[in-house]
Amino acid sequence: MEESENMSNKKKLTASLGDKTFRLLTLLMAMSVLALMVWIGWQMVDSARPSIAKFGFTFVIGRVWDPVKEQFGALPFIYGTLVTSFLALIIAAPVGLGVAIFLNEMATSKVRSVIGFLVEMLAAIPSVVYGLWGIFILAPWLRETVEPGLAKWFGFIPLFQGTPLGFSMLAGGLILAVMILPTIASISREVMAAVPNEQREAALALGATKWEMIRIAVLPYAKSGILGGVMLGLGRALGETMAVTMVIGNRPDILSSLFAPAYSIAAVIANEFTEATSDLYLSALVEIGLILFGITLILNVFARLLVWSVERGPKGGISS
Amino acid sequence: MGQSLSIHNLEAWYGSNKILKGINMEIRPNQVTAIIGPSGCGKSTFVRCINRMHETLPRTRVRGEISLDGRSIYDLNPVALRKTVGMVFQKANPFPSMSIYDNVVAGLRLNGMKNKQELKASAEKSLRMAALWDEVKDRLNYSGMSLSGGQQQRLCIARALAVEPSVLLMDEPASALDPIATTHIEELIRSLKEIYTIIIVTHNMQQAARIADSTAFFLSGELVEHGPTSEIFTNPHDKRTEDYITGRFG
Amino acid sequence: MNDRLRRYRNEMMMGIFTVATLLALIPLFGVLGYVVTNGLSALNLEFFMNLPKGMGTPGGGMANSIVGTLIMVLIASLIGIPVGILTAIYLTEYDSASWFSMGVRFATDVLTGIPSIIVGIVIYSSVVLKMGHFSALAGGLSLSIIMIPLMIRSTEEMLKLVPHSIREAGYALGISKGTTIIKIVLPTAAKGIMTGAMLAVARVSGETAPLLFTALGNQYWARSLNEPIAALPVQIYQYATSPYKAWQQQAWAGSLVLISLVVLLNLIARCAFRSRSN
Repeated sequence: MEESENMSNKKKLTASLGDKTFRLLTLLMAMSVLALMVWIGWQMVDSARPSIAKFGFTFVIGRVWDPVKEQFGALPFIYGTLVTSFLALIIAAPVGLGVAIFLNEMATSKVRSVIGFLVEMLAAIPSVVYGLWGIFILAPWLRETVEPGLAKWFGFIPLFQGTPLGFSMLAGGLILAVMILPTIASISREVMAAVPNEQREAALALGATKWEMIRIAVLPYAKSGILGGVMLGLGRALGETMAVTMVIGNRPDILSSLFAPAYSIAAVIANEFTEATSDLYLSALVEIGLILFGITLILNVFARLLVWSVERGPKGGISS
Repeated sequence: MGQSLSIHNLEAWYGSNKILKGINMEIRPNQVTAIIGPSGCGKSTFVRCINRMHETLPRTRVRGEISLDGRSIYDLNPVALRKTVGMVFQKANPFPSMSIYDNVVAGLRLNGMKNKQELKASAEKSLRMAALWDEVKDRLNYSGMSLSGGQQQRLCIARALAVEPSVLLMDEPASALDPIATTHIEELIRSLKEIYTIIIVTHNMQQAARIADSTAFFLSGELVEHGPTSEIFTNPHDKRTEDYITGRFG
Repeated sequence: MNDRLRRYRNEMMMGIFTVATLLALIPLFGVLGYVVTNGLSALNLEFFMNLPKGMGTPGGGMANSIVGTLIMVLIASLIGIPVGILTAIYLTEYDSASWFSMGVRFATDVLTGIPSIIVGIVIYSSVVLKMGHFSALAGGLSLSIIMIPLMIRSTEEMLKLVPHSIREAGYALGISKGTTIIKIVLPTAAKGIMTGAMLAVARVSGETAPLLFTALGNQYWARSLNEPIAALPVQIYQYATSPYKAWQQQAWAGSLVLISLVVLLNLIARCAFRSRSN
């Protein structure tokens, strides 16, 4: 592309056959990636069509999920997904930001590389292993210790009422918090590293303490990028399947207590997809997946734009 | 042997910036021609037009005519042209993934030469011409990056020579080097003009005076004056040349 | 403002950030600790050699799952790594700013963010339903879709690190663009690209969700790529959610094997990259 643009009228660059073939090959691959995205979207819409036709908008607000009577409403799953994801966000965002600040602004380079690696490992642990740990360690601990404790001290809030079961939205939210923390920490770190050192030095030269420097020079600069990181984390939480499936309790109810079991979109797909006997049932499951796809898509696009605007913004110019 | 170059009404753009505004210049074979001028005057772009490197950058455009021994360079495939017109860059850029030896023969090998004996002979010849042979002959398998800055630049010169060009373009080849390495490179350039036509861009006027047979002074994309080096430095015709040489601007 | 108050506040905030970091590491050591202790007690040579035993019977192993995971990750790599690298080459070397390549980058971002279970659905309805059965091929294919965007992003980063002067040096020797890319640019970025590939492999080795309705799982050896096949993460999931103590033990052992694989790949990748930057 570039080269043909550069050429004025007669001056054509001629490439050898091998060169052209290689270029064409890379172009084909790039096209296939674009096609893959379109194809996935189309496949989802196509498979969900029977369910969309049958239920229309009531699918999204329906509270009943009864495969036997072929009555499908997705609200309980949407609810469970949103509650666990936001719970995860409330916990992981401040902690992740704290980790990013610690690594970027406080740690020596040795500490940074060790702790940075450990935080990366947190992201590398497979989701099913988190789920296993959730079933046998986290859920019992919540049931025996945390949930009774919370009920005792904060029981007047509806969120912390009811029987402590362990397998609950609280468990789902906590495990998601652990899983998205590295995403938030590493992206916040990236955008904070993009803050020019002159900004920090300017603040320090004014007699700012380290915290004041972070507050006036680093955070405002990195703000929208951090927000982007948080949104990417949220996107990951919404779509996370295995760990949540294993600890959320898998009951399609909408209850206000965090101690109550619930169901998430990804979990119901994982559990019921291979058991879906009728076409409509399968189609309804795909439609829930489509909703999830739509939410994560929008979230990701926004998040990328935010991160991108920070990382590209301050630099600019043409490198020679 | 070196070839002559004739440049006719050469214009070049970067984006909407017109960098060269109609250059006309004759360059004689087997001479060192120095291009001097303040930063941003288009001297680098000028030499990059001669081997059609300028066009490889995005949003660039070139118009005009350049001919090599009377033959338009635009009739040649740019890849073939660059075998005839070699180039050495401002910063030494050996291929980091290759050894010293592989760097020197990279051009030959990638252009299809397979014979080990020939490659070896050519590597030695090029390294000798670049006055680097004695320093590296015992460690040809070391990475090119293991050399000092001056040695790296001479390695790049050897790499360019191995392809056996007839014209050698040098874009401030010594600007990143210390004085001793610079002296080495300058001696090298003087000895190479026996075989090659050399065009060297430099911001260092003493350097131009030391090594060039003829000197061209560029200003804001125009060729102000081109003549024998001694004349340019002692008796410039143009007031602007005089101002630049005597250090009144630039 | 009072200087002492400011200093005090500074100390406090620094303390909070340190505590946050320690807090973040608790689950890591919690998970690793339990997996190692519970896993080691259930792990033995048999685990690597034998097929699973029946419902809740002690003993047996996950040999078929380990092999199944390796096979599917191999299939995924054979597709995902070349497609990813070639696309990244197109984006960095041939066309970095047009609408088309912006579109491809956007698609890469979208693919990175797609929940992996969605990939499972799509492969199910397009491959499994058409072929009429679950298979290793379908499983490998779904993993490759997860791998492609990871490979594109990491390769693109690595290619961008290769200085432009290296490419110009190639062109200036009269080497064509394609040859310059293959023989000079790629070798220069090779270590970084391999690091990216290793991390992508590590990532997909632990994926469970997309395999649930593509590879399905299998208690026996799969005799061809056209049959349902066992995978380590799927087997861990099935055993972890089973009511049998013996199977739950096996799930811990399986997790230990899986985590060791993933951590090892991460460590190798990281060391390789560090030796490069020195």
